[in-house]
Amino acid sequence: MSNLIMIAKAVGVLGGFGLLFGAVLAYASKKFAVEVDPRAEELLAILPGANCGGCGYPGCSGYADAILQGAPTNSCPVGGATVAEKIAAVMGVAVDTSAIRQVATVYCRGGKEECGKRFQYTGVQTCRAAQAVGGGDKLCTFGCLGYGDCLRACPFDAISMGDNGLPVIDEAKCTGCEQCVLACPRKITALRPVDALVQVRCLSEAKGKDVRAICSTGCIGCGLCMKACPFDAITLENNLARIDYSKCRKCGLCVTKCPTKAIVGQLEARPKAIIGDDCVGCSICKKACPVGAIEGELKAKHRVDHDKCVGCGLCAEKCPKHTINMQ
Amino acid sequence: MGTRLVIIFISGILINNIVLSRSIGICPFLGVSKQVETAIGMGLAVTFVMTVSSAATWVVQTYVLEKFDLMYLQTITFILIIAALVQFVEMVILKSSPTLYQGLGVYLPLITTNCAVLGVTIINVDNHYNLLESMINGCAVALGFTLAIVIFAGIRERLAFSDIPKPFQGFPIALITAGLLSIAFLGFQGLL
Repeated sequence: MSNLIMIAKAVGVLGGFGLLFGAVLAYASKKFAVEVDPRAEELLAILPGANCGGCGYPGCSGYADAILQGAPTNSCPVGGATVAEKIAAVMGVAVDTSAIRQVATVYCRGGKEECGKRFQYTGVQTCRAAQAVGGGDKLCTFGCLGYGDCLRACPFDAISMGDNGLPVIDEAKCTGCEQCVLACPRKITALRPVDALVQVRCLSEAKGKDVRAICSTGCIGCGLCMKACPFDAITLENNLARIDYSKCRKCGLCVTKCPTKAIVGQLEARPKAIIGDDCVGCSICKKACPVGAIEGELKAKHRVDHDKCVGCGLCAEKCPKHTINMQ
Repeated sequence: MGTRLVIIFISGILINNIVLSRSIGICPFLGVSKQVETAIGMGLAVTFVMTVSSAATWVVQTYVLEKFDLMYLQTITFILIIAALVQFVEMVILKSSPTLYQGLGVYLPLITTNCAVLGVTIINVDNHYNLLESMINGCAVALGFTLAIVIFAGIRERLAFSDIPKPFQGFPIALITAGLLSIAFLGFQGLL
């Protein structure tokens, strides 16, 4: 009997405590409930969850909080336009799609074959370590060291190492999170708007003669591109060609003229001019074309040679009948 | 009376340091001691919880367990009290002071079932402390814990940058450091 009483006492006291604490905690969870903005969780579900910091906030939850405080809805480089739209829907604001997607670009084309080594580096196989040893083993002090710090930094697996020892960026996967830009000790990787289709892929500020001595594909500052550009978009600064993207029409004439192939252009993406039926044969377009791609007799409908057309759009601008379309 | 409280206080911090002399609370001591900043946060959270739970368990011990002759339920009851108390305190802090919660709140769940907190409450009972003495002891022991973990974190921050032989890297060197620190604290034995 005394055993039973003992058990009953133990169960009673411990169970009583359990009940009491349970009740107190249940009450407290109601009484001290903190009102969390339900949109915070919604936003967190929309955001990609990569926590890459590309938006400039500490991780996705940091950005979600910032949006609730009034941060722009289109700062997530990973999610891009789709995520920006969803966020805007949650927040009830208009979508700001003015931001053009940024992608990382490796501004060097001097791989193993194009540009040699100053000495044999056998240390830790990272760019940062190699750079610390006498300024890197590459002959060119501006060029890519090729130990892949950028591809190790990439959270999206968008960078791979090419056969020639230069990183290759998959622009479809790149989200513009800037991790590779921060990882590169020589600041060779940089972001560019995805529609900047023509790039000078060299950062060497050395004199043309010196560049030619060490690298077969560096910018030698010859200025041929500058002369070839119909839009004066290219200038030479510190022995290096620089493209002003506000003027560049992506015609790619500089790409074809560059003697060292330091300028790269995604030329297959260029549009082509198509002359419509309203053409009166004034031949203004013919005179405007920088590459002589337009043919036709005066007063007769003109024709565009699509093999020659570089898609600069000058003809479309000059046409008094507005009948030339860029497609 | 006054001298007794001072003695309890000083012995709790230095002489009977809970981590370095009694070897209780080793898990947070090793786990949350990589940075001085987090170590201080953990130490403050422990100080708060230990003081409050010393008082709560003393009340329960005196007015419930001893009354009903249920001393053998001491451990499980104390665990229950501490866990519930910590959860409750966490909710209150979250509501009343988000800033304090940012600094302290993340460590509170870690302390829910911390052996050091349970250890203090049982030491209080074993030494037949009264309510005030229990709270003083709880606070002192927690301050001792904070002192130990902050010193340890400071050493570990420096260890992270030193050239340690490969077999000793990580936890081995941390344990050796803790051992040396413990021997150093042994020197306080002659203080009183």
